[in-house]
Amino acid sequence: MCASAKYNTRGPALIPRMKTKHRIYYITLFSIVLLGLIATGMFQFWPHSIESSSDWTVEKRSVHDVPVVKLPPDSPIPERGDLSCRMHTCFDVYRCGFNPKNKIKVYIYSLKKYVDEYGMLVSNTISREYNELLTAISDSDFYTDDVNRACLFVPSIDVLNQNTLRIKETAQALAQLSRWDRGTNHLLFNMLPGGPPDYNTALDVPRDRALLAGGGFSTWTYRQGYDVSIPVYSPLSAEVELPERGPGSGEKMTKEGWSEFDHSPRRYFILSSQMALHPEYRSDLEALQVENRESVLILDKCTNLSEGVPSVRKRCHKNQVFDYPQVLQEATFCIVLRGARLGQAVLSDVLQAGCVPIVVADSYVLPFSEVLDWKRASVVIPEEKMPEMYSILQSIPQRQIEEMQRQARWFWEAYFRSMKAIALATLQIINDRIYPYAAMSYEEWNDPPSVKWSSVSNPLFLPLIPPQSQGFTAIVLTYDRVESLFRVITEVSKVPSLSKLLVVWNNQNKNPPEDSLWPKIRVPLKVVKTTENKLSNRFFPYDEIETEAVLAIDDDIIMLTSDELQFGYEVWREFPDRLVGYPGRLHLWDHEMNKWKYESEWTNEVSMVLTGAAFYHKYFNYLYTYKMPGDIKNWVDAHMNCEDIAMNFLVANVTGKAVIKVTPRKKFKCPECTAIDGLSLDQTHMVERSECINKFASVFGTMPLKVVEHRADPVLYKDDFPEKLKSFPNIGSL
Amino acid sequence: MQTRKKYIFITFFASWLLLFFFGGDQIRRLAFLSRKKATVLKNWPRWTDRSLLKSFADPEELQSDGGHHKQSAKHSRCRMETCFDFSRCEKHGFKVFVYPMEREDPVSESYLKIITSIEESRYYTSNPEEACLFILNIDTLDRDHLSIQYVHNINDKIQGFPLWNDGRNHLIFNLYSGTWPNYTEDLGFDIGQAILAKASFYVENFRPGFDISIPLFSKEHPQKGGERGWLYQNSVPPKKKYMLAFKGKRYLTGIGSDTRNELLHNSTFCIIPRGRRLGSFRFLEALQAACIPVLLSNGWELPFSEVIDWSKSAIVGDERLLLQVTQCHAAYEMAPCSILAFQQQTQFLWEAYFSSVEKIVQTTLEIIKDRLFLRESRPKFLWNTLPGGLLALPEYSTHLGDFPFYHLQHGSSPSGKFTAFIRAVSPVVSLSQPILKLIQAVSRSQHCAQILVLWSCEKPPPPRGRWPQTAVPLTVIHGRRKVSDRFFPYSAIGTDAVLSLDEHTSLSTSEVDFAFVVWRSFPDRIVGFPMRSHFWDSSQSQWGYTSKWTNEFSMVLTAAAFHHRYYHSLFTNYLPASLRSLIDQLSNCEDILMNFLVSAVTKLPPIKVTQKKQHQEAAPQQRQDCLNRFAAWFGYMPLVHSQLRLDPVLFKDQVSVLRKKYRHLEKP
Repeated sequence: MCASAKYNTRGPALIPRMKTKHRIYYITLFSIVLLGLIATGMFQFWPHSIESSSDWTVEKRSVHDVPVVKLPPDSPIPERGDLSCRMHTCFDVYRCGFNPKNKIKVYIYSLKKYVDEYGMLVSNTISREYNELLTAISDSDFYTDDVNRACLFVPSIDVLNQNTLRIKETAQALAQLSRWDRGTNHLLFNMLPGGPPDYNTALDVPRDRALLAGGGFSTWTYRQGYDVSIPVYSPLSAEVELPERGPGSGEKMTKEGWSEFDHSPRRYFILSSQMALHPEYRSDLEALQVENRESVLILDKCTNLSEGVPSVRKRCHKNQVFDYPQVLQEATFCIVLRGARLGQAVLSDVLQAGCVPIVVADSYVLPFSEVLDWKRASVVIPEEKMPEMYSILQSIPQRQIEEMQRQARWFWEAYFRSMKAIALATLQIINDRIYPYAAMSYEEWNDPPSVKWSSVSNPLFLPLIPPQSQGFTAIVLTYDRVESLFRVITEVSKVPSLSKLLVVWNNQNKNPPEDSLWPKIRVPLKVVKTTENKLSNRFFPYDEIETEAVLAIDDDIIMLTSDELQFGYEVWREFPDRLVGYPGRLHLWDHEMNKWKYESEWTNEVSMVLTGAAFYHKYFNYLYTYKMPGDIKNWVDAHMNCEDIAMNFLVANVTGKAVIKVTPRKKFKCPECTAIDGLSLDQTHMVERSECINKFASVFGTMPLKVVEHRADPVLYKDDFPEKLKSFPNIGSL
Repeated sequence: MQTRKKYIFITFFASWLLLFFFGGDQIRRLAFLSRKKATVLKNWPRWTDRSLLKSFADPEELQSDGGHHKQSAKHSRCRMETCFDFSRCEKHGFKVFVYPMEREDPVSESYLKIITSIEESRYYTSNPEEACLFILNIDTLDRDHLSIQYVHNINDKIQGFPLWNDGRNHLIFNLYSGTWPNYTEDLGFDIGQAILAKASFYVENFRPGFDISIPLFSKEHPQKGGERGWLYQNSVPPKKKYMLAFKGKRYLTGIGSDTRNELLHNSTFCIIPRGRRLGSFRFLEALQAACIPVLLSNGWELPFSEVIDWSKSAIVGDERLLLQVTQCHAAYEMAPCSILAFQQQTQFLWEAYFSSVEKIVQTTLEIIKDRLFLRESRPKFLWNTLPGGLLALPEYSTHLGDFPFYHLQHGSSPSGKFTAFIRAVSPVVSLSQPILKLIQAVSRSQHCAQILVLWSCEKPPPPRGRWPQTAVPLTVIHGRRKVSDRFFPYSAIGTDAVLSLDEHTSLSTSEVDFAFVVWRSFPDRIVGFPMRSHFWDSSQSQWGYTSKWTNEFSMVLTAAAFHHRYYHSLFTNYLPASLRSLIDQLSNCEDILMNFLVSAVTKLPPIKVTQKKQHQEAAPQQRQDCLNRFAAWFGYMPLVHSQLRLDPVLFKDQVSVLRKKYRHLEKP
């Protein structure tokens, strides 16, 4: 304040002293400097924009029109791929830097045609698949058109198939890329590596430090944590629609859209569809067929097809002709044998058909094996164990086969079905390495949507029984019933494990009573005044709560004995991830109305406990306050009702577990009932509560509540045993 | 005045220049950004003739890529398929042989612990003929040739072993390699084709799928049992004093040791940089202390990385970015809920794989076994989810729904029926014998799928017609008349739930029905009727056993209890033969052992449900001995006390009995 005042007095003092001439002089000077600045600035980036605009603005262009680059014969060749490369040695992380979105930026070089000194093409300009792949990257969030901001560079030189390119010249073309720098942070996509006669398992083009996303890696050429193993794309994926087919046992899926599955059983147990197999393998397979007859089908190329029928879409067994890939859907297991190369396009077809692949290719690194758990979707059999294949597969239980089939199909849908899927999965894997703290989890990669939907991951999964010494914090929500509140405080303070009492004063029009008027209790008592009378204040994660356990209690619950409360706390310690409460309630499906109904009668089941008196983990306060789905929190505050039902939904949804009701129900028509339920017996109240359940079920998209038939009592409850020797004698007495 | 003007002029000019030179870059960027917003991103062009482009490979070529196969090229670096003889493991399964110890070669304490763990494991064999894997008797843990534990002339020694065979099927353990100043990974001898289980592995030297990276552990690391993690409570927000901690020198005792323990206890994140070697003791210490490790050790192949998903419990940083905000920022950014999850995961991993030498060795063996028997190998999920890979036997199943632990994550539920399994030891002579009543009561349960009678009596079982008529199939299985038979994984058990019964047990149908409904909520625990408790008898300083009525219990006897059939497999395959022969000799204590096993797996107490009658038992002394011997084998006391019993919701409530579902439980 002081400093700025001083400045103000000095400023005007200086300027009026200047003469007008000088002022003009200064202004001119300023403008000259400014102009100079702008001009230099323009000069700096003008050429760039000219170049790039001429290069890119013409949207409708043909591949044939791209600029031609002539490679001099002596242009440098990169070093061979360095087998010792790892992310921390060959990858420049500084280029990626800190990024609020935790996304790497990928730059694609513009397309060029490379010719050697004689004008001969170095390779196909670009294949359909590589164009699709680059288009997918360019359409994704990873893409940037600013070469300076890029973290990863993708050359537009198509090396998907090594057979279509000239190795030395392609390497030269790579080396002259503007940001090549020994291939650092460059990503090459290759699906068919090697060539006759050795068929190496990685691209032979010298590429120095570039990362390779390759199909058909062996464990020797695959640089774990650096390269990415990708599938060999099968163009049939785009050509042929194979409707998803059930596992064959007739199991119904409840999810929409899955119901029209063909549920007829699959005819063959094992099927081999590959053509031109090595004779040794073929004889192994034929032996398998001789042994097992009808359940094994070994197909081969058709020899006597009529003209015009594409041989790739047909397979034959003796004189029988089958449609490919449709026939794959007839089999439970499909063999994917190595050929000259380890990676086979048939893997993609097999997965698409929901057939469980039997991978027979020693040392093959399966596609995306860094993140995908292939044990859940395939069977890997060593080449030398081929003859025992049948017995190995027969030991797999039907339940598991069905799951593997679903998993196989899911892998295809998510990571195999198009060049886009392959490209994005590859980039995501590299992204996960650079931003490990934002990486996709195992579950996100591997669980099919139906599992993701139905599974829960409990946030308190570690089986811990919290120490008793910690105690619990009681939170009493109150408005103005001071007398009753004081009684509750006095009663609760008798519970041995109480460590703190927190009163949430929800009345803004009235101040809480003076300190001296409060009951004197043995534990700290804190009063929190809220700024708004909201029910959700009860579930706010106050810093004052220092224990894990929270006892939410209404200001009129005076009928719970100290033994009952202490026992409730002990039960909570054994089930710290659940709601542990006293009055239980139930939800029911009303068949007439076709909706959920709230039930407070004496039932044999419970699915909720009222938070008028319940123990729970403080963590759920966080969830309630910050992670409650949809508009439930506001809805509850607006309606001044159902906060307890919302809490029951929340906890059940996140843990997948039922509530625990403790101790018997009070036998008389208790004040509690009118208190907690407000106008419990009133019909409108019940209707309102039922509405809450229906509303919450629709927001959660499911009914998370679990119905159970048990409640927790002390071990010796009602047993013929001297009462004074029981730890909790005073249960159900009031 | 003039000088002042000049001064101002120069200042202005200089500041403009400065602004331009230093801020130019940002200005350019700003300008660039704003321009980009105006126009669209310059995408990869949509070629007009893109549909005419040729495919990257001819379909024919893609589908018939055959002919050539079997690469004969010899690879210098070992893989299982080139350096391991699978055929050795086919006949006798996975058996491990340890070279007999020789007097003249004293081995270090740590190596002795490793050897002991293997010898006590279920894979041990003393016959080299049936062995699949071999372990040297030479201490190879410390290969720092300045160390006193360095063993010289290993090359000569191993060449002399007739079984060495260039290291094929051998497993070599190592904690320290190389020496000052470079700390290379040179072991000082030729390991040939042996598998190397080594701490502080550098990724480049690591042969993936062949070698195993193990954690660095100190010589104080316990052989068995092991301390539990230090996380006792899941506080939100993490109740820790410090956000991030790092202590340079590591003193276990003496000056400085206090701060170390305090730091470990009170920090949320711990920086684990490389020490002299890539891995350091700090790693395991942080894991135990539930201090989330922030790893700054580039190129370290993390322990058991083949199976453990470290991304769920540690932040793998990059040394190069040490001084950048990225990693710290990541740590700060982490929501309290993911900190909570990470902390819990550190505790799970610590207790499942690292807390004792035995667990480290077992994990190493199981990883190798998973590679050999591909059909029976665990998916990664089993390794990274409670109760962990060592307790999830792939011989039983690799299907998640078959286990009692994964129903929630897998979105499945246990099967809705149970198998009653009655062990009969006395002949059936009269129609009033309790076993016949029991069969009738149980068979009337709506959830009962079948009744199995395990006939463990010398006299032959009565003929078909003498058994009571039941609605469900009744099968008699002939056992070997041993108590351990009761928990043999008979293939006839077709349901997830097993109701284990003694022949003299008396139960009503209501009790069975209710207990089964409760079990479905707790499929991983023992849910049953008769309860027992253990206690620490400080006067005799040993564990005591009581069958008296107490306010708490820690065991539910399998004379009448539901449990998951998986525990039969675990009991028979996981526990050592010595424990099983002990209970067979005593003809007793099998139920205590089962309780030990289940509590060791779940770390939770069993569940007791309402029962009308309760029976007493004799011979507590013998059972007390069992208790102590089992605790010794486990290395700790796994049993946990519980103070509650689960009753039907309306149990003994003052309401019409007609409203009650389990009204037969009400009668006094």
